[in-house]
Order: sequence, then C-alpha cells, then structure tokens
Amino acid sequence: MLIKNKERYTGREITSEKDYMRRRDFLKLSAWTLTAPALAPVRLFASDEDKNKYTALNAVRNKAMSIGEKPNSWTEITTYNNFYEFGTDKSAPSRNSRAFKPRPWSVAIDGLCDKPGHYQLEDLIPAKKLEERVYSLRCVEAWSMVIPWIGVPLKNILLKAQPRSTARFVEFTSVYRPSEMPGQRAHILDWPYMEGLRLDEALHPLTFLAVGVYGRVLPNQNGAPLRLVVPWKYGFKSIKSIVRIRFTDTMPVSTWQRLAPGEYGFYANVNPEVDHPRWSQRRERRIGTFFKRETQLFNGYADEVGALYKNLDLEKWY
Amino acid sequence: MKSSVAVFKTLIFLAGLAPLLWLIYRFLNDDLTANPVEFLVHQSGFWGLVYLMVVLSVTPVRRFTRWNGVIKVRRMLGLFAFFYVFLHFSIYLFLDRELYWDEIIPDIVKRPYITLGFTAFLILAALALTSTRGWIRRLGRRWQKLHRLVYGAALLAVVHFWWLVKADIREPALFAVIWIGLMAARFKNAAGQQSKMKK
Ligand code: HEM
Repeated sequence: MLIKNKERYTGREITSEKDYMRRRDFLKLSAWTLTAPALAPVRLFASDEDKNKYTALNAVRNKAMSIGEKPNSWTEITTYNNFYEFGTDKSAPSRNSRAFKPRPWSVAIDGLCDKPGHYQLEDLIPAKKLEERVYSLRCVEAWSMVIPWIGVPLKNILLKAQPRSTARFVEFTSVYRPSEMPGQRAHILDWPYMEGLRLDEALHPLTFLAVGVYGRVLPNQNGAPLRLVVPWKYGFKSIKSIVRIRFTDTMPVSTWQRLAPGEYGFYANVNPEVDHPRWSQRRERRIGTFFKRETQLFNGYADEVGALYKNLDLEKWY
Repeated sequence: MKSSVAVFKTLIFLAGLAPLLWLIYRFLNDDLTANPVEFLVHQSGFWGLVYLMVVLSVTPVRRFTRWNGVIKVRRMLGLFAFFYVFLHFSIYLFLDRELYWDEIIPDIVKRPYITLGFTAFLILAALALTSTRGWIRRLGRRWQKLHRLVYGAALLAVVHFWWLVKADIREPALFAVIWIGLMAARFKNAAGQQSKMKK
C-alpha cells in the first residue's frame, strides 16, 4: 500500500506540510504586509506609559561611557524596530512580538574556550552587576536614535569562558522559534540570524550586552531578553535575542552578508565615506529631529576604536 | 444613467483622496511613526503604485462588466496615480534628501532603482500633462499610443520597488503578479476584439 502510494505521488505533486505552511504564510503575510503598515496607527497601541508594564531594573549610569544627548522616547525606541523575525515593517515587531517568551532563557557559550557552558540568563548576567549606557544607534538605513541601554560589557562575559589563544572571532546566533516569531515562517532571511565580531572588537570596552532599556527589561521587539550593542557599527551588527556565543578561528559570515555580500560586509563600521550601493551614508536622520545631520566616522567613536582598524582598508572591508 | 455616472465619479474621487486624508489625519494626530519622512515616502510610493494598478485594470473591468461608465473615471484615476507619485518624488527631494544635490544627482544617475523610478515619474508627468482634452485633440491617434506607456511606467515602478527592498520581496512580487495579470487581461482583450472584427 505504502509503496504504491509513493509511486503514485512522486515529485512535484506532493506538497510537503512545511512547503504548504510556507505557501500559506506567504499569502497570509502578503495580504497583511500590504494593509497593516498603511492602516494601523501607532498611537492606538503604544504610548510612553507602556514602559510601566515592564519589570524595572536597577542600574547606575556609566557617565564616562555615555553620550550627552537626550535619549529618544520610549515609544520611538519600542515601535520603530528592524527585527525581521517579527516582520519587515518597522512597526511590525511591536505588534507581532507579544507571543514571544523571553523567559526562561539560556545561552550557550562554546567553541575555542576553556570553560564552555550553558547558562541561565540570571546566572550569566546577575541583576546586581548592571550599568546604564547611553549610546547612539546608527542604522545602515541612515537613521539613528539615542538609547539608554542597561546591561554589562560583553568583555566580562567572554573572559569568564576563557577564550583560547587560537580564538580570533566571536560568532553570535539568535533564537529560532517560528511558532513565536511570525517573520521566521517565511524565508525572508536565512534563519536563524547570525552575526560576528573580531575577538578584539568583542573585547572592546564599548561593546555591550544589553538586557534592558530605559530602566526596564528589554521589550520583545528590542531583542529580549539579551542583545548585543556595538555602537560604532551599523545597527544590524547588534544581534538580538542571543542564544549562542561561539569562539572561532575563522571569520563568521553574518546573515546580511550572506544575503547580499556586495551590500553588507563583515565589519559594517559606520563610515560616511563608504556608501551603501543603494544610498549615501553621508548623513543620517536622528529620529525625532527634523533636519539630517552629518554621519561621523565610527559613529563618533573614532578616538576609541580607530586603533582597531589602523591597517585596514575601510573601502574594501566595509 | 447620467446621474449614476456622476455618483460613481464622486465615489472614485473620494476613494482617490482617501489615502491623502488618512495621512493628513495621522499627521494631525502626531502619528506618522517615529520616522515620518520615511513613512511618507513609503506611503506615497505605495499609493502611487496602487492607483497605477487600478488605472491598468479599467479596461479589463470594462470588458468584464460590459459597463462603459468605468472609462469615465480613467483620467481621474490616472491623475490620482500621478498625484501620489508626484508627492512621493517631492517628499524624496525636499524632506528625505533635503535638496542635497550631492546625494540626489548620484542617486538618479548611478542607483538603478532610483533611475527606474525617475524614468517612470517622467513618463507619468508627460501623460498627466497630455491628459487634457486639448492634447487629446492635438495628438489624434498618437495620443493613444503615447498613453499606452502607462503599462511601461507601471512596470518600471514595480521593478523600482523590487530593487529597493532589502530582503522581503513579497510586496513587490505581489505587484509584479498583478501587473502580469493585467497585461494578460489586456492582450486577451485585444486579441478577442481583433477576432471579432475579422468575423
Ligand atoms: C512611478 C513612479 C514611482 C512609483 C510608483 C514609486 C513607488 C514606490 C514604492 C511602492 C516604494 C516602496 C514603498 C514601501 O516600501 O511601502 C517606493 C520607495 C521609494 N521610492 Fe519610489 N516610486 C516612484 C518613483 C520614484 C522616484 C522618481 C524617486 C526618486 C527620485 C523614488 C524614490 C524612492 C525612495 C527613496 C524610496 C524608499 C527607498 C527605501 O526605503 O530604501 N521613487 N517607491
């Protein structure tokens, strides 16, 4: 019986359940993406008071590591997100991420290190050790925001794992949960999202692991429960909802790099002199201000990180 | 009959205006998202493309319903399409690129998606300009030929959209499918008419 069936329905006739789901989601999401951004007003479902729904975190601002500008509003930071796992429209993550469960959460740290391990988030980043840093985040799409992050320097976490001398890079992996992340049900990017840093970049004192924003735990749309923040690189390097950190001796290939190697490089350092093939990076729009401003090399951190790239051709290694 | 056409025209006029009114309403409520300029570029481009597709569907709809009344709103629909594209281009020029010509000129010259969008814009501008009764008379038979360019403009706009998305091609793909469907309907229509004439 079974064999007969197999013979009769070979090849293209059969649609695997996964393909079927994918096709169905394609149609559903198309209709949705067409109408939702146009019709759903932001103000109806978001306000600055929403902040109070999130657990408060205790952290003192690290002034030496913060910029002096006034942070963007809670609403701006939490309704304008690029987080394709929840949809590609900027307001999609805030609308589509409610089913996501960021707790309990564990992170694997492995690869070329002497103390690999699986950690519960609370053990990896104890609530007592948190600090606040105000960074600007420059998106590759030429807009930027000022965001008061809460977290710990990535360095503290990495050194605990005791990377070996052969480790030269760190690779990060985001969570893959199509049932909770509607964007992952369509093949928009090669899921799960991956990113990488050179080890010296990862150990730089500016590189930060955030678990909160604005004195609260991270909302789902901002990369709950923990995300990277690398303030001198384009926003897509700051990978969200991390489940794995791996030391390696080969340069990781990031998700955007794999999709369009001519547009997104491994380094992705903010640089007004090197255009994205489809738009200029010379200026940026700070969300909440009317006129654009000039983009700064390394997003203004040239003094701090310039030495990392002393011998690097930034045109070639964009 | 006459009054039903008038009612239909009014309805289409209101439908054409609806996206603009909606955007104005959201503007007044300070609800144009955290990045209003980007939002407006996307909205105006999107509605321009939607109305372009609507114009292209006039002929198939007429054939399907056998009601010639739809022809009466074709010019208005075309002008609405141009209106949103004009808005799109103006917002790009003044608000998005803030008249920084060191960005605009390279955009138009060396970024293919903008080159295509700009070509589509020029075509639509020419069509809008020659949409008056006087021009229809003056151009005679050539008018129709000229205005068939709207299909090309719509295609350029779809490719423009396709090339500008970063990863998620679903929306432009949907427009491409609609465009192909409308083209197919048009050619089928033309072929049908020709065979009828032969009889
Ligand atoms: C017939 C003419 C045109 C049509 C129908 C059109 C349509 C569109 C559409 C549908 C989008 C995407 C909207 C979305 O993401 O929801 C778009 C985006 C855009 N268009 Fe056009 N467009 C046209 C002409 C132009 C012209 C002449 C320019 C500039 C010279 C232009 C510049 C842009 C830019 C900068 C974007 C946004 C790109 C981005 O977000 O990366 N378009 N357009």
